[in-house]
Amino acid sequence: MTIRYMELVCPAGTPAALRTAVDGGADTVYCGFRDCTNARNYPGLNFDFDELCEGVAYAHARDCKVLVAINTFPRAGDEGPWHRAVDQAAAAGADAVILADLGVLAYATRAQPQLRRHLSVQASAANAPSIKFYQQQFGVRRVVLPRVLAVDEVAELIADTGIETEVFAFGSVGPMSEGRCFLSSYLTGLSPTSEGACAPASHVAYSEVGGRVLSRLGDVTLNSFARGEAAAYPTPCKGRYVTHGRSSYLFEEPIGLNAISILAELKGAGVTALKIEGRQRSRAYVAEVVATFRRALDALDRGDVVTPVGTLHGSTEGGRETRGAYEKGWR
Amino acid sequence: MNAPRLTLGPLLFHWSASRRRDFYFRIADEAPVDTVYVGEVVCSKREPMVEAVQDEVIARLRAAGKEVVLSTLALVTTPREVERIRERVDGELLLEANDVACIQLLGGRPHVVGPYVNVFNEGAREVVVGQGAVRIVLPIEMNITSLRVVAGTAGSTQIEYQVFGRQPLSVAMRCYHARANNLTKDHCQIICGVDPEGLVAETIDGLELLTVNGTQTLTRGNGVLLGELGLLREAGVTHFRLSPQELDMVAVAALYREVLDGRREVGEAVGALRAVAGEAPWINGFLHGRPGRQWVEPRA
Repeated sequence: MTIRYMELVCPAGTPAALRTAVDGGADTVYCGFRDCTNARNYPGLNFDFDELCEGVAYAHARDCKVLVAINTFPRAGDEGPWHRAVDQAAAAGADAVILADLGVLAYATRAQPQLRRHLSVQASAANAPSIKFYQQQFGVRRVVLPRVLAVDEVAELIADTGIETEVFAFGSVGPMSEGRCFLSSYLTGLSPTSEGACAPASHVAYSEVGGRVLSRLGDVTLNSFARGEAAAYPTPCKGRYVTHGRSSYLFEEPIGLNAISILAELKGAGVTALKIEGRQRSRAYVAEVVATFRRALDALDRGDVVTPVGTLHGSTEGGRETRGAYEKGWR
Repeated sequence: MNAPRLTLGPLLFHWSASRRRDFYFRIADEAPVDTVYVGEVVCSKREPMVEAVQDEVIARLRAAGKEVVLSTLALVTTPREVERIRERVDGELLLEANDVACIQLLGGRPHVVGPYVNVFNEGAREVVVGQGAVRIVLPIEMNITSLRVVAGTAGSTQIEYQVFGRQPLSVAMRCYHARANNLTKDHCQIICGVDPEGLVAETIDGLELLTVNGTQTLTRGNGVLLGELGLLREAGVTHFRLSPQELDMVAVAALYREVLDGRREVGEAVGALRAVAGEAPWINGFLHGRPGRQWVEPRA
């Protein structure tokens, strides 16, 4: 199988961001409904049904696809919003839905069989048998791979399963197995898995003590940093903790994932699509990151050497970059 | 309602082979538990040490009349890890699937779905039951309202929930135990073995918050749902899990057994548990829909 292009999949947190991404050269955009059915359920983001219909029309008119993330896990006894989201995505003409919950996958397979199904990173499918399970039970066509695999492992999974893969190319480094992390609810009582918001802004607070900024989630202090020092948004996995009497970023540094320097390797591994994270980020972010990756992919397709180093530092989390798990030493 | 079953979940920490053997032999001989889960859940690099005594542990537990379930890895990534599970699906023991990979490899054989597979609702429950799950260990994050729905309509499917021990919060590819010791996972020297109850991580202002256990992160506090056993039974929970720690688990099991059997008042058992459960704070927030690290005084 020769893939001419890797598909560039870009975030559309709002209708305006969708148009920015489409105009900037996205092959595909992904978005979610304005409720708990998607994993970026933050105030001021996302789409209602009419906005989704308009977004699909705008994108399709410019030869761009639209994916709808319905990737949280329904609360027991309240699966209605998730089922409705699947039906509305189909009615709006979306090109695929991105799902994580076993029950929602079963519903979509049954109720909207013609609607293409992708497996969300929230399902944490990091091995061939898991991927085969979702292929065989629910006809899943594409899997968004967890950010825990090295490039050779990605290649092996593709060879084993023959599935389309979408991998994270730019965004944050998620050190925990996604969709199975209860750290945020341990501190706030609100579940990212069912309510769609890790470290919800309503529970985040900053204060200044002795010239340093303290960040807190719930009533727990997650970090203390000097003004101007790089620090991540206070999700629990990006905090400083003390072990053996020493304070450190125990789980992950304030650092962003940027795979732009290994696009050729990812293409060589057989990756179908590159995912840019950031539905909660600004339109300026979307414009810059999409344009940069568009240029890099076009250069790759022409056989040119890709040398984009240093162009996106302003957009990465904490202003520093890593290739994350794609490199062996990260573990 | 059938008699409530008391279970001992898989040992999550990395203990030496001799300590592991001694622990399980005593459980076999003295602990009033019906079911014991054995096997490595956290990290495949620990497996050779775990398996050094596994056969004799299983034999002793079975001879004592315990149901033995073999737990499997919570995060499967390498072909070797897949093969290890594949080798076990035709064995004598029921498997606990903690990754969807295991469900696929089981191919419809009866099994237990572990707490690391997300079954948060009836729809997901129906899918795993359709794949042969006879028992589902619900995720620890689930609150009582959701639990009532999933357990209350489960029919003949058994429902298990952890009622004692540190609560699992996340699994990862990266090893934080190695990282806290300036090592990496690939060259970890199995450093997690030096902390038989994990490594406590404090916030920068001195709050003991988390327990690092290799690639797994657990709560610092002990989840104690002794006062909620009646509530959980009414909700439809059939199996009550104790998670092994470095304390007198036989005494812990005896207390839970007495309360489940109605032979001891909760208040009195709580007092007795305080005496054996060590210094870690008690938590039960998740079940009550509160931040998981909180303690809510259970209603009598």
